[in-house]
Amino acid sequence: MNQDNFNCPIPHHDDERISIAHGGGGLMMHRLLEKTIFPRVSPEQAHASQDSALIADSLALSTDSFVVSPLFFPGGDIGRLSVFGTTNDLAMVGAEANYLSLGLILEEGFPKCDLERILASIDAAQKEVGVKVVTGDTKVVPRGKGDGVYINTAGVGRLINPVLRLAPGQVCDGDHIIVSGDIGRHEASIIVARKEFGIEADIASDLAALTPTVRKLIDAGLDLHCLRDLTRGGLGSALHEICHSNRKNLSFVLDSEKLPLSQEVNSLAELLGFDPLFMANEGRFVAFVSPADSEQTLAIMQSMPGGNAAAVIGTVRQEERSQVWVKSAYGSEKKLPILNGDQLPRIC
Amino acid sequence: MKYVDEYRRPEKILRLRDAMHQLVSRPWTIMEVCGGQTHSILHHGIDQLLPDPVELIHGPGCPVCVTDTSLIDQAIELALTPGICLCTYGDMMRVPGSIESLFSARAKGARIEIIYSPTDAVTFAQQHPDLNIVFFAVGFETTAPASAAAVLMAEALSLDNFYLLASHVRVPPALEALMQNKDCRVQGFLAAGHVCTVMGYHEYHQLAQTYHVPIVVTGFEPLDIMEGIYLCLRQLETGKHAVENQYRRCVREQGNVHAQEAIHKVFQVVDMPWRGMGVIPASGFSLNRHYVHRDASVLLQHAPTTSKTNTNDPCLAGQVLQGIIKPPACPAYGKSCTPEHPLGAPMVSSEGACAAYYHYYGHL
Repeated sequence: MNQDNFNCPIPHHDDERISIAHGGGGLMMHRLLEKTIFPRVSPEQAHASQDSALIADSLALSTDSFVVSPLFFPGGDIGRLSVFGTTNDLAMVGAEANYLSLGLILEEGFPKCDLERILASIDAAQKEVGVKVVTGDTKVVPRGKGDGVYINTAGVGRLINPVLRLAPGQVCDGDHIIVSGDIGRHEASIIVARKEFGIEADIASDLAALTPTVRKLIDAGLDLHCLRDLTRGGLGSALHEICHSNRKNLSFVLDSEKLPLSQEVNSLAELLGFDPLFMANEGRFVAFVSPADSEQTLAIMQSMPGGNAAAVIGTVRQEERSQVWVKSAYGSEKKLPILNGDQLPRIC
Repeated sequence: MKYVDEYRRPEKILRLRDAMHQLVSRPWTIMEVCGGQTHSILHHGIDQLLPDPVELIHGPGCPVCVTDTSLIDQAIELALTPGICLCTYGDMMRVPGSIESLFSARAKGARIEIIYSPTDAVTFAQQHPDLNIVFFAVGFETTAPASAAAVLMAEALSLDNFYLLASHVRVPPALEALMQNKDCRVQGFLAAGHVCTVMGYHEYHQLAQTYHVPIVVTGFEPLDIMEGIYLCLRQLETGKHAVENQYRRCVREQGNVHAQEAIHKVFQVVDMPWRGMGVIPASGFSLNRHYVHRDASVLLQHAPTTSKTNTNDPCLAGQVLQGIIKPPACPAYGKSCTPEHPLGAPMVSSEGACAAYYHYYGHL
């Protein structure tokens, strides 16, 4: 074997079709948004990087679609998810959802008793978070063209404090980074519920309404700068999004020892070669808070149901370029990788 | 987490760091063979703990990266054929063939299932008698026994719809090929702990003696890797070149004999093309004559072709895989070659040297 044999045979090629990885919450999804979707339908939003839009002085609007499989999983179901998914997006700009629309896309042959179960769950969730479904739409697609049921919800809400602006641009040098509970449980529960890898574990999704916690934080008058719910792509992707859209050359430094992680999720992630930082959550958010209010923010988060593992996980510092760093237990600092598409189980 | 946390505690790791700093008197270059080790080194920031004169170079031990383009093309052709379902390990999905990846083939309608264990593919074949199931059997000696077990299981069940597209590769011939290259800078190896768990390390003594290189069988946790590097440096500093076993909790000199029996029962040693490296003699496994009826190539409509290398390509993957250069020294790195659009095999998997660099150091 000589040096001449060591040439790389792989040609460059572009994506001509949408692949599953485009929906993974990572780099591929952001490229799709920035290069394909925003320029065509909403050029002024190209750098907004927020899950909710402020449409008037104190009104916020958001929408979300739900395609989770299985429809019922430990800790929740698609109905509950479809309410909290949208109300949580509104909460992240400091808004409390008032009204929801509900779009149902049902597959021919879907059991009506399952639909009734999902609707009961939607009803319970809307009461829990104090929002009302006021309009909706129902479509049925032929058998094989859907996955039982898909749901879209859109929500309108009013800002809890009309002068408080929560956005990546508000993040400051020295801010503390706080996560509202242990991470990765939603994705872990879905992996187990899908039975794809033959793994049995008792893990319930973290699915929860974030509005009550956010209201408490805002009512306490804390100096909050930015909130972001951790959905697809997990904490890691949320931090990258905020970091790269704050436009102030701020870097985030995470302490790997402080990341709240349950034993079950950690074990599952180790087994599959997943990084819990990139695993999906549905009832967790990250807050950027001025250091003076960090302790009180943490205390409020920890006092909420499911929030006992909330933790200060890092700080913001001024640098020449915006980066997300992870500090190891051994004192070394590494850049946090950017998730490309979905996480995939590694071969070894 | 038990059996993991013990090997990540800072105290012992920092003690080894200090010992290394005392030990090292001059520059040394060590290659960690396995992509899993590369991933762990960069994930835990182990490279930052080493004394300056110690350089780690990342070896060709990423099974996803070294699977030849022609095999990916065959896998895609099979998956696009009506009546066939391809079962594959997850991280093969993104690897580009000569035209596209399994991901993009699936977007076009190819039938592909991601599985965690080869025996899941056999179960899938049992449940779908109307489909031909092809398991894409890639990996080093680590995954070969599981592929062999799947074949034996299909035989025991008399399944006539289970096939293997086999591209298993063997580590020792690749190390030998590296050492034969006059430009090779490697002075010591961390051998791949999981490969040795299966195969043992008796094959490595001759390699260590012939090329005067210390070889330390090493695990994957931060403490394992620090200890492996320390043992390797200790040999280098004292002029020794023996085979040592750091990963004693998993590895025995003779390896896992039952697993080896399964491999030898089902496979035969063949010359194998490595992506970006060309054909390495006796470096692969293919189904032997007793199980050739399960070779998925019988389902191919076109005769398999070997991949062509493009000599105008700016990608220097081959030199990276040999440790001659570090990824950022390649002109394509971070420019025309990124994890989204890899030009070179080491940019494909998170275990590949270029992708690992890109993830943890970014575009330098």
